[in-house]
Amino acid sequence: MSSAQIEIQLIASLVAVACAIPGVFLVLRKMAMISDAISHSILPGIVVGFFITQDLNSPLLIILAAITGVITVVIVEYIQRTGLVKEDTAIGLVFPVLFSIGVIMIAKNANDVHLDVDAVLLGELAFAPFDRLEISGVDVGPKSLWIIGFILVLTLILLTAFFKELKLSTFDKGLAATLGFSPALIHYGLMTVSSVTTVGAFDAVGAILVVALMIAPAAAAYLLTTDLKQMLVLSVLFGVFSAISGYWLAHWLDASIAGSITTMLGLLFLIVYLFAPSKGIIAVMYREKQQRTEVSLLTFLLHLKNHDEVNERHVNHLYEHINWQKVRAKNVLELALKNNMILIDKDVVSLTKKGEEFTSKAIDYIITNEDSQIEDMKDDFFLFRG
Amino acid sequence: MKQHIAVQIDDLTVAYDYKPVLWDIDLEIPEGVLMAIVGPNGAGKSTLIKAVLGILKPIAGSVSIYGKSYDKQRSLVAYVPQKGSVDWDFPTTALDVVMMGTYGSLGWIKRPRQKQKKAALEALEKVGMLPFKNRQISQLSGGQQQRVFLARALVQDASIYFMDEPFQGVDATTEIAIINILKELRKAGKTVVVVHHDLQTVPEYFDWVTFLNVKKIATGPVKDIFNDDNLTKTYGINYKVSIQE
Repeated sequence: MSSAQIEIQLIASLVAVACAIPGVFLVLRKMAMISDAISHSILPGIVVGFFITQDLNSPLLIILAAITGVITVVIVEYIQRTGLVKEDTAIGLVFPVLFSIGVIMIAKNANDVHLDVDAVLLGELAFAPFDRLEISGVDVGPKSLWIIGFILVLTLILLTAFFKELKLSTFDKGLAATLGFSPALIHYGLMTVSSVTTVGAFDAVGAILVVALMIAPAAAAYLLTTDLKQMLVLSVLFGVFSAISGYWLAHWLDASIAGSITTMLGLLFLIVYLFAPSKGIIAVMYREKQQRTEVSLLTFLLHLKNHDEVNERHVNHLYEHINWQKVRAKNVLELALKNNMILIDKDVVSLTKKGEEFTSKAIDYIITNEDSQIEDMKDDFFLFRG
Repeated sequence: MKQHIAVQIDDLTVAYDYKPVLWDIDLEIPEGVLMAIVGPNGAGKSTLIKAVLGILKPIAGSVSIYGKSYDKQRSLVAYVPQKGSVDWDFPTTALDVVMMGTYGSLGWIKRPRQKQKKAALEALEKVGMLPFKNRQISQLSGGQQQRVFLARALVQDASIYFMDEPFQGVDATTEIAIINILKELRKAGKTVVVVHHDLQTVPEYFDWVTFLNVKKIATGPVKDIFNDDNLTKTYGINYKVSIQE
């Protein structure tokens, strides 16, 4: 690996981490789309800053762009508060306007400088190592590495200091307000951090990837854990993994780095979405199938409990009486046998003691809906979970 | 004997988008009562609580808690919001939610420590939820979630408790458990104000009641003012409840 390659991967990874942290809170606050709005509408801020400083990495440019980001949020919220349009509509109205102002400004004034719409949308990570930061003549590394590094350190300090406040106001805004933690202050703090991070990451990865880096790792982590700290850690790991594997994918395909990282993020989310142990689509489908079987089992056991007549309990009669197809009836019969809940004697089915107890307990639970009755059954039966 | 006034509300008017939902409310809540706020849907019951707690800004009027503004008396007040006001899929546990009740006394930046954790565990114990302390909150039943919310308020160790429909969507066991805790709070000299829907249980659960429908209709001891006359005034139609003997 050349040092430029290492530097690119390092920048991509730091960007991923810096994006993943505010991303977790945006996802939990159901504000994923606001990051899309911010990433596009900071463009006029960047362009104006660029005209003033002629330097894409100037702090003034970052500040101006971050301010544009926060203004976007304010305008969206203002439009939404009028009650005339919904939030997603408000977002869809605001950011294209600001973005197009930026596009027109670039087209009118910046035709011959290093700032074009392609770079804005997709970033130019490959060129990042060429723009060096020199301190009294000594090369200390790429400028974008220092910028995103600084933003990341700032984000980490804020996260550590205000973790409790962020968690509280994200979970329960009302309680946060009554306890004296102004939800508005925390909200705009988060919006400012998101805007600053977006600007810092923008130059390296572009407007589209910033959104992907904020949302996809958090969305994937959300499906895997029930703990906020773990969710943060997982999001960071997912982000870094996608950044590095995306870089090598681009290397291999000789394609855009930003595009490849986004592809990896998409794939990663898809895998988690399918295979997450309890919230993944396969797990959910499996659980639903189990629940259907268990309901059938219970129906069947209840039928046995309610009928003493031999003809009602004959194996062949069961198909007709409970109106099931043969396969399903066979499955249920086998499940009940396996759990020692029934006995079959000369094709006549009867409940065992265990089956009898289970049925009464389950019916009791369904009627009274009292939790204590069912706690010890939860491990064996999906039906009684969640 | 002169009773202390826990909460004093003067000329309170609250509006959403310039449409008043509470008109000129004057209300005194005496210390140590267990009060129900009743009224039809849209009467402004939740709004009243939110305005007292500073979550909503009134367009007129003032609220004082033991003679001072809410901002100065935060630590005396605990609030149980409606269960539906939060996202129960949030990645956190029952214990962690209860710990949030201690954040107010901690203030900004400081982290909860062993002392806060101990208080939270005690509160969980009180509401019978200790065995579920590490369970993710979406894995709790509606009644259990409500108990966790109650524990979160208990951990604040406040003097005044505001609760927004704590009995909504809970099973009978939880309802009894909750009302017993509320009665214990009153016994300990606390003031408890509950937005309540079920008129049948008002005489059994509460000793004080406020009828509200945009304006205040009546307030006072249940035995004096919980009658068909006030119910009709509040609910508009000829309302009759058969009060249990």
